[in-house]
Amino acid sequence: MRRRHRAAAPMLVLLTLALIGVLYAAAGSATSAQASSDARGANAELIKQGQQLFAEGCSSCHGLGAQGGPEAPTLIGVGSAAVDFQVSTGRMPLAAPGAQAPQKPVIYNDEEIAALAAFVASLGPGPQIPTDEEINYQDADLAEGGELFRTNCSQCHNFTGEGGALSNGAYAPNLMNATPRQIYEAMLTGPENMPVFSNETLTPENKRAIIKYIQHMDEQPDYGGWGIGSLGPVTEGLFIWVIGIGLMIGAAVWIGARVR
Amino acid sequence: MSVMNKLGEQAEFLDDRLTVANWGKRNLRKVFPEHWTFMFGEMALYSFIIVLLSGIYLTLWFKPSMNEVVYNGTYTPLNGIEMSEAYKSTLDISFDVRGGLLMRQIHHWGAMLFIASMTIHMMRVFFTGAFRKPREINWTIGVLLLTMGFVEGFAGYSLPDDLLSGTGLRIAEGIMLSIPVVGTYISFFAFGGEFPGDEFISRLYGIHILLIPGIILGLITAHMLIVWYQKHTQYPGKGKTNDNVVGYPFMPVYMAKAGGFFFIVFGITVFLSGVATINPIWSYGPYMPDQITAGSQPDWYMGWLEGALRAMPNWETVIAGHTISWNVFIPGAIVLGVIIQLMIIYPWLEAKVTGDKREHHLLDRPRNAPTRTAIGAMSLSFYMLLLIGGGNDVIGTQFDISINAITWFIRIGIIVIPPIVFVITKRICLSLQRADREKLMHGRETGTIMRLPHGEFIEVHAPLSENEKAVILSKTDITPLPWPEKTDADGVRDPSYKKDHRWARLSHWWYTDNIAKPTAAELATAEEHIRHSAAEGAPIIAHRASLEPEGGVLHDPAAAAAEAEEGKEPVGK
Repeated sequence: MRRRHRAAAPMLVLLTLALIGVLYAAAGSATSAQASSDARGANAELIKQGQQLFAEGCSSCHGLGAQGGPEAPTLIGVGSAAVDFQVSTGRMPLAAPGAQAPQKPVIYNDEEIAALAAFVASLGPGPQIPTDEEINYQDADLAEGGELFRTNCSQCHNFTGEGGALSNGAYAPNLMNATPRQIYEAMLTGPENMPVFSNETLTPENKRAIIKYIQHMDEQPDYGGWGIGSLGPVTEGLFIWVIGIGLMIGAAVWIGARVR
Repeated sequence: MSVMNKLGEQAEFLDDRLTVANWGKRNLRKVFPEHWTFMFGEMALYSFIIVLLSGIYLTLWFKPSMNEVVYNGTYTPLNGIEMSEAYKSTLDISFDVRGGLLMRQIHHWGAMLFIASMTIHMMRVFFTGAFRKPREINWTIGVLLLTMGFVEGFAGYSLPDDLLSGTGLRIAEGIMLSIPVVGTYISFFAFGGEFPGDEFISRLYGIHILLIPGIILGLITAHMLIVWYQKHTQYPGKGKTNDNVVGYPFMPVYMAKAGGFFFIVFGITVFLSGVATINPIWSYGPYMPDQITAGSQPDWYMGWLEGALRAMPNWETVIAGHTISWNVFIPGAIVLGVIIQLMIIYPWLEAKVTGDKREHHLLDRPRNAPTRTAIGAMSLSFYMLLLIGGGNDVIGTQFDISINAITWFIRIGIIVIPPIVFVITKRICLSLQRADREKLMHGRETGTIMRLPHGEFIEVHAPLSENEKAVILSKTDITPLPWPEKTDADGVRDPSYKKDHRWARLSHWWYTDNIAKPTAAELATAEEHIRHSAAEGAPIIAHRASLEPEGGVLHDPAAAAAEAEEGKEPVGK
């Protein structure tokens, strides 16, 4: 009887394991590829385009792999919502470092923004751009939105959403020009100094109510006449001193003029 | 004629029963001097009347109650929200009561005008020295009126129980709490327990519509009676002295002017209330202790205290487990108290330093009291800086400045800037005095340069008008307090020497660099000199008068007539 090599048995086990491994891997990749083949097929081009745009416009600060740098945070796992918010409001790309990224004219078109968002989303899971359905606020509760706005938003953004000051030159921006999608994304991702209002803190329904209230404040007429910027008593004081006292003194000079 | 007879009958009817003819003759013909700055006090009085009238209208609907109700009304964004009855009734006044929003805005704009008018009135009285003897008491009443105005305004701001009201009250509570030892007790007493409680609005209501308006009315009455009794001060001018009043009689001139001015003030207030929003309480929402809005500010007259609060560094002391919050107590309680007291004692303080115990019915020109004017300007700069600090967040966002930078600017600025303003103002006043003296000594500059036959160029000076001379010469002669003697003639040591010496030093500082008024002899010489100079320049002045341009453009009347005849446009028209 021919004697087997003493390493034959372990080798056989190893070969079997390797074979099973290869087969399993092949089968696995085949099933997952099948499941997401549609998305990937459509997305692959977009991600590639996004990567190209990212390398040109963003990588100098965020790094070629979006891993972040000394001046900029990592974008792995921030999700597409953050990208859409930052780029569609013109905050990114940043012109210069400062207290806060200011709003600027948007330099990418919608397709390019979608590509950038797709690329960043492909790096790791994060909050997704809300769908049209998610931001459809028409049926939301206006009064509840007001209540939520006053509890969560007005402390920084002011009672009519005109914005307000934060420390060291940072500020809460005016909400009157923001689109419903941008407002939703801001709550979801918490840009700059803004806290994140996740869907557990403020449910999508709450978010829609807040959006409805903000839209309403924008459209609501000034019931009492000119609103003087809706900035509260500071502008009212300026108004009464400049216009009110100005008119009064004018009248006093007129009446008090010497009788000739 | 028959109208006069009718009036006569009426007057006789009254006189027969009340014997008012003599009283009326004396008072209705009372003479008041004329100047537009004398109308600031009237502005304050009239805006107070407007606020009183619009306030009565508001009381018909306002419910001073902190009972919780659920709103279901015209303003849909608040439907289903819980709020106090006070806030709900304010919403109803704004949206459902006919003319309610206009009345609310008249009430609020009127209140702002009331305090602003008092402020400029006070500035006029201060800078012209109208508070001097014998009017110190009326000055004190004025300061109390201003203070009552602050309190009344703050109470009104707090009543609607909107988000701003509650925030303001929270700060008021914080100031109460900051008072060492008794703060907690005061706060619990005022709010009937823990803030906000359910008592405060109704308590404040009584204060706002009864107590303080009553005090203000009483003080205004006293203020005006004293003005009437003491006679009004007047600006210096030809024929105006400390012993007369030059102007027009109350009836009919001032009755008409004052009556007309009331309607102008009313009209301006209603106009402002019709075109500009004030305190849109529906946007602020009802007060909830867990809510706040950016841009929370008091009305402007409290803004300087807000600024003091915002600028104050965060200093606290802990003594035996009790915290003394200097960061709130100093700006919230001490600053206001000290400044009001300084304002009240100022007339006596100044009289003590200047040693001036005379009666004054002729107003000072601000330049002739440089130190007082400088103190006033310095105080205004201090006030303005705090006011800017009170709006630091709005200024920060509107002008793109860091709020921290503004706060540090205010912290350093309130110490550094007022003294600089003092020095600059004083130097400007002294320069103006020098210019006045120059005018007295050499006459008014005509701007005409004349060449004399031997080639010399001179500027022609003209004599001052009688009025101008009277105005400049109205500067009162002053001598600082004398330096005290250490010992009297018998060699006995004066026990109050040190104190007197300090006052004398202050007095000399007060009069530093004063430009002396020319003496009678100097004036006589100057007069001669001016007459000579004017005579010398007379030919050229006469020549210039003959060339006097018409309508501001040089033109030849003969040429213009000729051109007009030709149907052309005349030159220079």
